[in-house]
Amino acid sequence: MQQRVYMMQGNIAVAEGAIDAGCRFYAGYPITPSSEIAEQLSKRLPEVGGRFIQMEDEIAAMGAIIGASLGGVKSLTATSGPGFSLKQENIGYACIAEVPVVIVNVMRGGPSTGLPTLPSQSDVMQARWGTHGDHPIIALTPASVTESYHMTIQAFNMSEKYRIPVILLLDEIIGHVHEKVTLPDPTQLEIFNRKKPSGDPESYLPYRNDDSLIPEMASFGEGYRYHVTGLVHDETGFPTNDTSMISAMLTRLNSKIDKYMDEIIQYEETELEDAEIAIVTYGSSARSSRFAMRRAREQGVRVGMLRIQTLWPFPTERITHLAEQVSDIIVPELNLGQIAHEVEHAARGKAEIHRVNKITGEPINPEEILAKIKEYV
Amino acid sequence: MEYMDYLRKDKFPHIWCEGCGDGIALKAIIRAVDNLGIKKDDIAMVSGIGCSSRTPGYVDFNTLHTTHGRAIAFATGLKMSKPNLNVIVVTGDGDATAIGGNHLIHAARRNINLTVLLYNNHIYGMTGGQVSPTTPRGDFATTAPYGGLENTFDIAGLTIAAGASFVARSTVYHAKLLEKLIEQAIQKKGFSLVEILSPCPTAYGKINKLGKGKDLILNQKSQAVRVEKAKTMSAEDLRGKEVIGILADRELPEYITTYDKITSQAQRRYL
Repeated sequence: MQQRVYMMQGNIAVAEGAIDAGCRFYAGYPITPSSEIAEQLSKRLPEVGGRFIQMEDEIAAMGAIIGASLGGVKSLTATSGPGFSLKQENIGYACIAEVPVVIVNVMRGGPSTGLPTLPSQSDVMQARWGTHGDHPIIALTPASVTESYHMTIQAFNMSEKYRIPVILLLDEIIGHVHEKVTLPDPTQLEIFNRKKPSGDPESYLPYRNDDSLIPEMASFGEGYRYHVTGLVHDETGFPTNDTSMISAMLTRLNSKIDKYMDEIIQYEETELEDAEIAIVTYGSSARSSRFAMRRAREQGVRVGMLRIQTLWPFPTERITHLAEQVSDIIVPELNLGQIAHEVEHAARGKAEIHRVNKITGEPINPEEILAKIKEYV
Repeated sequence: MEYMDYLRKDKFPHIWCEGCGDGIALKAIIRAVDNLGIKKDDIAMVSGIGCSSRTPGYVDFNTLHTTHGRAIAFATGLKMSKPNLNVIVVTGDGDATAIGGNHLIHAARRNINLTVLLYNNHIYGMTGGQVSPTTPRGDFATTAPYGGLENTFDIAGLTIAAGASFVARSTVYHAKLLEKLIEQAIQKKGFSLVEILSPCPTAYGKINKLGKGKDLILNQKSQAVRVEKAKTMSAEDLRGKEVIGILADRELPEYITTYDKITSQAQRRYL
């Protein structure tokens, strides 16, 4: 097939990644700075035989994608901070009922209506703990338009594989920046589809607790009649108050991530081999950081960078090792230190953690990171 | 027809109180489905939170017990992913007209092919008898100790105005009528709603001193007026009455059918 080379913004790359991942249903509600994803999919989904709906509110959009996924169709919604807050209850539903869905949050400044058109990375903790109760979650964060495309596909693959809602955290810069992208032949992509049962429907256990920790998932209307609820349930899917059943179910649910941690966690390392100072960052802040790192290297400072791609689960182990290697870790991010706190925890006092934070709706200037590096040379 | 062919026998006894109307409604649903000859595999029953929303747990369909108020939103996505499924929403007055009110009116406006069975017991039963958007003004509830201060929703009027194809009302006393209305609602292409007046002796009846379950159900008989007869009655005569029967039945464009016409156009352009 012909090469697909475009000038494209991150939001459009998310939409195209979703199509190529096999997403055929989108439900959403207009919100800046994510609306281009909905606009693109309203045009693209009918072209590929999918369906799009603009729902009456954010909560409805989250409910609709869970419903559609139970019908066997890969489903997406996109939003920004205020809408992400509204979706939280139903995100918890997708966690406990183990329904694969992908939620994009193009982060803007908060709290509340905040800074609708300006960038922020202040929803990273909400992505982890936004919904109530102990629950597993995966959150990925891209730093370029090309990566937005690929990471959307990964988000769908992980969601289908682990039966878990996956949150894709863009920030407004990544959502709106235009870059040249070369999209791959979609038939050459590695696409994971949920495992479906093939055995006798009579013996189907929709929440079977086996060694894989991931039950096979039947679609509604395909002969496996079963029950899905947000109540704590046993292997049959029906609610239970039996403490041993509650324990078995919640233990399995919360162990899924731990079991597959190694294949979920991704990060990118640059010039860390000989580094004495490390920058740990993510998303658009990684772009400023890369520039600062190069400037510092030119000036003979041995700086390296670890760019986090999987925010949740957090790459704690890698950062623990890194803290044993370097003396100082700089953590630039567009919030007041949400990930710096995690880095501090992972470093266990082996390295000094220094924050570079900004919440004024402007990107972090490389000079600010460079200045921070120089303080600790 | 055997009711047990449609029920999950091991999930009984059910949670409903003595004198509750929800079991009568469940039997009417089963008879309607049986009359229509729809396969159990081809039905998805979706509910929210509350007493009536526990219905899906007892029936041997594809069943989805969602979050409070959101059944219609989940059902919308499910229907769009599998339009051939008969998607039946079971919900209550609190679930569908308070926390989920937005989804109710917008699904009716879109006229998406869902069947909504809205059990109206005029109270929040499961949480212990709090005032709901359909608690009659002046009636008591645990959060209306001096009597309800608010006006009530006319659920049928609301959904008709929003654009639903089919809207009907029945009491559980009129079980045969209820069965026929559910049958018609399932068959109707478009958004259809049956308001089922189902008494709650435990939470609503007791605090308002209306007697036991039997008294409440017999009261439905005297309160109900068939829609045909209601047309001949004055507003004065209809005060305190419940009009039962088909309140709207009209041909309007259905959402997914309309959507799929766009799809075929878009695909021609894309391919």
